[in-house]
Amino acid sequence: MQERLKELQAEALDKIAQAADLKELNDIRVAFLGKKGPITEVLKGMGKLSAEERPKMGALANEVRDAISSQIEARQTELEAAAVELKLAAEKIDVTLPGRPVKAGNHHPLTRIIEEIEDLFIGMGYTVAEGPEVEQDYYNFEALNLPKGHPARDMQDSFYITEEILLRTHTSPVQARTMEKRQGKGPVKIICPGKVYRRDNDDATHSHQFTQIEGLVIDENIRLSDLKGTLDVFAKKMFGADREIRLRPSFFPFTEPSVEMDISCKMCGGHGCSTCKGTGWIEILGAGMVHPNVLEMAGYDSKRYTGFAFGMGPERIAMLKYGIDDIRHFYTNDIRFLKQFSVTE
Amino acid sequence: MLVSYKWLQEYVDVTGVSAEELAEKITKSGIEVEGVDTLNEGLSGVVVGHVLECEKHPNAEKLNKTLVDLGQEEPVQIICGAPNVAKGQKVAVATVGAVLPGNFKIKKAKLRGEESNGMICSLQELGIEAKLVAKEFSEGIFVFPEDTEVGQDALATLGRADQVLELGLTPNRADCLSMLGVAYEVGAILNKEVKWPEPKSETAAEKAEDYIKVTVEAKEDNPLYVAKVIKNIKVGPSPLWMQTRLMASGIRPHNNVVDITNYILLEYGQPLHAFDYDRLGSKEILVRRAKQGEEIVTLDEAKRKLTEDHLVITNGNEPVALAGVMGGANSEVSSDTTTVLLESAYFTGPAIRKASKDHGLRSEASARYEKGVDPKRARAAAERAVELLARYAGGEVLEGSVEADHLTAEPAVVSVTLDKINSVIGSELSMPEVQDIFSRLKFGASVDNDTITVTVPTRRGDITIEEDLIEEVARLYGYDNVPKTLPVGASTPGHLSEYQQKRRIVRRFLEGAGLYQAITYSLTSKEKASQYALEKREPVALAMPMSEDRSLLRLSIIPQLLEVLKYNLARQNDSLAVYETGAVFLKNNAGDLPEEREHLAGAITGLWENHQWQGQKTQVDFYVIKGILEGLFAKLGLEGKVQFSASQREGMHPGRTAELTLDGKVIGFVGQVHPTVEKAMDLKETYVFEISLKSLLEAPSETLQYQSIPRYPSITRDIALVVDREKAAGELEGIIAEAGGKLLKEVHVFDLYEGERMEQGKKSIAFSLKYFDPERTLTDEDITKAHDKVLNAVKEKAGAVLRG
Repeated sequence: MQERLKELQAEALDKIAQAADLKELNDIRVAFLGKKGPITEVLKGMGKLSAEERPKMGALANEVRDAISSQIEARQTELEAAAVELKLAAEKIDVTLPGRPVKAGNHHPLTRIIEEIEDLFIGMGYTVAEGPEVEQDYYNFEALNLPKGHPARDMQDSFYITEEILLRTHTSPVQARTMEKRQGKGPVKIICPGKVYRRDNDDATHSHQFTQIEGLVIDENIRLSDLKGTLDVFAKKMFGADREIRLRPSFFPFTEPSVEMDISCKMCGGHGCSTCKGTGWIEILGAGMVHPNVLEMAGYDSKRYTGFAFGMGPERIAMLKYGIDDIRHFYTNDIRFLKQFSVTE
Repeated sequence: MLVSYKWLQEYVDVTGVSAEELAEKITKSGIEVEGVDTLNEGLSGVVVGHVLECEKHPNAEKLNKTLVDLGQEEPVQIICGAPNVAKGQKVAVATVGAVLPGNFKIKKAKLRGEESNGMICSLQELGIEAKLVAKEFSEGIFVFPEDTEVGQDALATLGRADQVLELGLTPNRADCLSMLGVAYEVGAILNKEVKWPEPKSETAAEKAEDYIKVTVEAKEDNPLYVAKVIKNIKVGPSPLWMQTRLMASGIRPHNNVVDITNYILLEYGQPLHAFDYDRLGSKEILVRRAKQGEEIVTLDEAKRKLTEDHLVITNGNEPVALAGVMGGANSEVSSDTTTVLLESAYFTGPAIRKASKDHGLRSEASARYEKGVDPKRARAAAERAVELLARYAGGEVLEGSVEADHLTAEPAVVSVTLDKINSVIGSELSMPEVQDIFSRLKFGASVDNDTITVTVPTRRGDITIEEDLIEEVARLYGYDNVPKTLPVGASTPGHLSEYQQKRRIVRRFLEGAGLYQAITYSLTSKEKASQYALEKREPVALAMPMSEDRSLLRLSIIPQLLEVLKYNLARQNDSLAVYETGAVFLKNNAGDLPEEREHLAGAITGLWENHQWQGQKTQVDFYVIKGILEGLFAKLGLEGKVQFSASQREGMHPGRTAELTLDGKVIGFVGQVHPTVEKAMDLKETYVFEISLKSLLEAPSETLQYQSIPRYPSITRDIALVVDREKAAGELEGIIAEAGGKLLKEVHVFDLYEGERMEQGKKSIAFSLKYFDPERTLTDEDITKAHDKVLNAVKEKAGAVLRG
């Protein structure tokens, strides 16, 4: 009897191992473990055994049954896994085919530059001030120390609407308006982005409409060195930590002293190349200490308050930063141009 | 201002400093040197030759065969095509092996069978701009004065062995519009003295005052007028060195009289004018404002109508010059002139500026007067001029000058404390260092304790206040030496305003939805300015536009965006979605600023979705653009608050346009561009919107408050309604929402059928209604009650029949 059980086990295990699919395996289960199966048959003959042998044989029979059923289970898992594999193999796709495009537009490159500058200065405690694009001559010129007949008005030939109203030629009138609103009180720390207009024929380097972003700080004890330090922070954030700045004296009617800021040329590292016309430096912006006449006109006591102002052109910065060769691209809005500025740097 | 490096050395010692080094130093201390031009760069092998023989080329009508002595053993044969070549001339010869501009190498050649050993050159061929070549040589070769030595370097003889610094002068530094002015600047930088010319001239026995009387009526415009008279002038060419200096400075030589006045203009910065004394028509000079309607014919043969704003020099009766701008043709110096009346005057800026602007005339003289000349230089310049006229035009200078002197200009005296200087710059300069800077500038200065008092020479009219002095100190101290600090003081919170923040959110939302930001021009044509205006108002027009296309300010952004689409479509970019935020301008009462409103506009065309290999393509349609706007409104907390209602607008499709209202106010519109407009602009089906951004961003949005997640199930009931085809879904939705009461949480359209199975003029529209009570599970009874109300309402108010 014992031998018969061993034989059955060996036979069953052998068949299980050879079972090709789940159905065959089920047949084996029924054949060996079913109520009419051989093990049941064997156990039926237990009555003939002695009381001593009966439990031993019972235990053995259970052992054999367990061995077979656990083997069936194991084989079943195996076969199921294989069936799934087969099914999945049939579901195979080409992962190199292109995905479904997600629609996404992006900022205009000028907005990208302007927001970058805004955020940089917001981090330094500035707020963003805006003003009208059509301005009074007073705010555009007179309040900025450019009285009528001043030769420097030639520097910015303007689009007039009437004798007293024009398209602003710079964002500086926003400074004048802000100062006036603050009624002679400090501190003022603003950054003013916006569109400006000048009588220029549009070509690769000129545009009758362009953007500017200006900054203004007024407080007690503001020094030229503070301007230099602020511009240094700006230049390094905007153009890279390895860039140097230099200030050169210049002239703007609304600042005294006036300076222009250059940054060291990225292309040649300051040794001189065609980008920087051999000088090693690239002009970025104009700046200076706010002219006392401007302070006084806006109601500030120029004995007590000093300030600095700076102004730059996002077009120029974008052109330098991204290597854009024609200012007209900014206003043509060729989608092939706009699309290039979606990448995060 | 173009500054010859060699000429400059007559006034200031620059030993040991090359032109390039000097340029760098000048730039760093205040005047940008925009370039250093080496005049003979890349040129070589040009010598002075003597034309020994000149005859017609045997085989060519227009060529000449010349024999030229180059100062070598043998003269050489050169074929020359210039019409003015002649025997006996001293000329510039590019010898065999010479290099001319553009790396043009001169080789031995045969021209129509005749050997040619070089080229006789025009000035243009030597790299001199055509507009600077004296008229007599402009069509042919240049001819040197007879006494020019043969064989020497012709480029050096022409003053081309020199470098020219191009100064980019800001309007405040008009003092550097002269060689002497530049010499002062360079002297300050290099700490050197400035050498002035010391004019000496013998004077004739006759007195100038016997020849001319000078009266100035317009004393404010003309505080000083100096007249000198020179007799027996022989008009002819000026000396070569003077001509070459003028050319290097960008001025074309004419004759000795004109050249000398120009030379003084460059040397002293003082404009001069020479009148033909005999053609004046009187013995009198009267300076006054022009009479309204008076006329003058200027040197350029133009007849100019004058007004009382213009200053004129008259002969007591009629104008003989437009003061400070241009002389009159009636008194012009010609080759026959023998007696010259020389004017050296100080005119103040505004009158000159006005005349120059009104007549569109900008001369070297007017440019200087406008920016301000040294009021005290007129006499010295006149003395220098008559010296040169005597020497180079054979003139006899009459004794004395005739002057009208109402000059009150005195040197400005400005004080500043050392403390102020250091606190503005952020420096730690000592008083001796500051004193040294002013002494280098040749400014008088005296020190009293902490205060330095500076006497500013009249040549530096730009310096009037202490900040000007601080700038002088800062620039000569050097900006490189200024430390880098950051402002100290009360900290200020940096932030965007709520409006600015929301505007950024709008941009990001639209970009996330697939639209690219465009920036277009505010100025547009008359035709486009008013198109698509949200509010019809007159556009704002420029007084003097540069072109028709840019003559008015826009009332809408849409026309500009349509141009963007058109531009891109013409370049095979055919699926497009763009938006712009920007101002539109509405005219106000005369004298007031126009009203500027920030608008948001967008335009889409072509495919909205395009997944090619899966064959999934959707064209843009009204509901694409509406969906974007609904999403935007929801983002701004305005979900369901902006109503879309059918509307008609010029330029828009009459059946596919909606007006947007918020709180009963029209804030914008959306829809398809009218097909005739699309066709006219070569556009395909295009949808646009324009919204008042301010109305949108300043609408009160609800504060964000958490709503608890529902604990009880909601129940959905769907209904299909048969209504007139004209009945708007929005209206039905409104009726349902109102009738459904507070249990009805959501209504949306899920089907629309207008096909043939419907009765004529009817459509079926299906809504899904979701009922929900946060407090309990709804019973069938609750829902039926609410739902019946809905069905009754649509039946009564919209004649809707439940579809079987």
